[in-house]
Amino acid sequence: MKPSRTWAIAKKEFFHIYRDPRSLALVILMPALLMLLFGYAVTLDVKKVSMAVLDRDRSQESLNFIQRFSASPYFNLRFSVQDGKEIERLIDQGEVKMGLILPWDFSKTIKAEKVVPIQVLIDGADANTANIILGYAQAIARQYTQEKTILKVSRMGVTNLNLPIDVRPRVWFNEDLESKNYFIPGLVAVIMSIAGVLLTGQVIVREWERGTMELLISTPVRKGELMMGKLIPYFFLGLLDLSLAVLMGKWVFEVPLRGSIALLFALSCIYIFVALALGLTISTFARTQLLANQMAMLAGFLPTFLLSGFTFVIPNMPHWLQIITYGIAPRYYVTILKDIFLKGVGFSFLWRETLVLIGMAAAGLWVATRGFKKELR
Amino acid sequence: MPTFVVEVEDLVKKFDSFVAVDHIHFQVEKGEIFGFLGPNGAGKSTTIRMLCGLLLPTSGKGKVAGFDLMKEPEKIKQAIGYMSQKFSLYDDLTVIENLHFFGGIYNLSGSSQRKRENEVLEMIGLQDLQDRITRTLAVGSKQRLALGCAILHEPSILFLDEPTSGVDPISRRNFWSLIQHMGEKGVTTFVTTHYMDEAEYCGRLALIYQGRIIALETSSELKVKTLSRGVLEVECDPLIPALDLLKKEPWISESAVFGDGLHVISKEGVDLEREINGLFQKHGILLKRMGWIRPSLEDVFVSLIEREEKQ
Repeated sequence: MKPSRTWAIAKKEFFHIYRDPRSLALVILMPALLMLLFGYAVTLDVKKVSMAVLDRDRSQESLNFIQRFSASPYFNLRFSVQDGKEIERLIDQGEVKMGLILPWDFSKTIKAEKVVPIQVLIDGADANTANIILGYAQAIARQYTQEKTILKVSRMGVTNLNLPIDVRPRVWFNEDLESKNYFIPGLVAVIMSIAGVLLTGQVIVREWERGTMELLISTPVRKGELMMGKLIPYFFLGLLDLSLAVLMGKWVFEVPLRGSIALLFALSCIYIFVALALGLTISTFARTQLLANQMAMLAGFLPTFLLSGFTFVIPNMPHWLQIITYGIAPRYYVTILKDIFLKGVGFSFLWRETLVLIGMAAAGLWVATRGFKKELR
Repeated sequence: MPTFVVEVEDLVKKFDSFVAVDHIHFQVEKGEIFGFLGPNGAGKSTTIRMLCGLLLPTSGKGKVAGFDLMKEPEKIKQAIGYMSQKFSLYDDLTVIENLHFFGGIYNLSGSSQRKRENEVLEMIGLQDLQDRITRTLAVGSKQRLALGCAILHEPSILFLDEPTSGVDPISRRNFWSLIQHMGEKGVTTFVTTHYMDEAEYCGRLALIYQGRIIALETSSELKVKTLSRGVLEVECDPLIPALDLLKKEPWISESAVFGDGLHVISKEGVDLEREINGLFQKHGILLKRMGWIRPSLEDVFVSLIEREEKQ
């Protein structure tokens, strides 16, 4: 491989990028836009759940209980209604996510120290959110029950009541359990995948479509020189996108970056090569730019979004799907990003992922180069 | 003993069942301007692409610049310069950037590259336009730039695929004087064309039709051998009915409209002028003028293809 030829190709690609401000703008705007969209839109935090209450008892006791919900940051008491039909209607219309119904004998039963059933209706269309809401409601009820029990026991003369287990949770890595801290590092992987694949997804097929490939393959240029030359400029654009995404994560979304930023960039560089090589492969095999673009969107976006552990937890997937995730590069990159961002781990914890990514980058380049034929088609 | 820089034997290219090039056979001498003449779709581009190593022949043998067509296409690529039929330089690069690029691809470097680029710029007359974006150049200038990029690495053989289609006559003449100039220095040129006036610049011509070479001579030999009886130019009125009449006569070999007259070739032993006079008088066609002319390549071309079609 002659460096002068590789350099000639790289320089030419730089000119293409430089002369086409629209594509350059896309390269810079797309990551910023994705970051903002996903950063603000994708959240699993369930807060201020709108709810309606039907209090059939209307006693001090029932008001006190309802107060627990309205005072909680997780609930937003929007409606007090007079009958059960009303709650059904509000849930049907999507006005509220939850309905709470207290029976007419709520305070009476509690005073009689019996078990009182209360009804919680939850819009379960979104199972995940419903589960979380259910958890909140149960926690409030449990707390209330516990307080009542302690009160009752102390009235019986027991003063130093000790509950056997006192859970004192301490959450690591994402102390405030904010879903953005979990999402943003994964989002960097999504952006790098899409950007990387889109950047190189055009470069070969475009030359075929414009007819410039016919002349290029009539020269003694080698396939490897062509591929490397085409990679270099886009690698730098990828670095630009990476910096943009990391900076936005840190300064706009205030995600803690606990690990070494140098390590983050070094390992990300390897991933950029993986994504660019995938783009090159697509570009080598696709017959039209349009097709290449669509394939690049799919190949860049879907695996990273669905199978990398970015949105969906891999251990919860069916076994066969888990096996597939081992074959896709973003899985390893998302691990690297989350570990460096949130856990602040060093290279000694990430060398396996790094090796896999290096292997994948090399394999991708090999396939793209082998797949390219210096012959008219 | 002439040295052949291109030798081809029984070369065949099939695309599925379609035979684009059908057992062709020819040689090109060093320094020659060799024309490949034929109508669209005759197999010209397919042949030139095979010779440049862009298409692998289906069967046959061949050598270009001493390298085997089947086994050493990459070595061929270093030795040749190619100008494709469709303009295929980067039109978002400037003139000099395109030259730089091809210089880099062919491994020129440093001061020798600079020197060669200036030489080529001067040769193709684009010194003053070297910083222009290629897209904005006139067609003729684009063609010269394409030639410039093809000759930058001083190849010994040039392959030009319809190099001056869409170019005005003056630019075309300039272009050809460049090619002839290089021929004098020993550069061999293999050119495909369907323009007769371009074919006149060629030393030898191969006429290709439906994938086969139907004639291979110098242009003057072609004229003499094919049309030894000469061509009679006939001006008359009305033109088309006269042509239809002539085509029915058994003593006519070929007849076709050329400009505002007819070019007529008779079979052997016919007094053509007398026969036409008689025929026209009988059918009331006004004969304005009649005279023998030197056959043009176009006459030869049409005549050979008609002969081929009759067989």
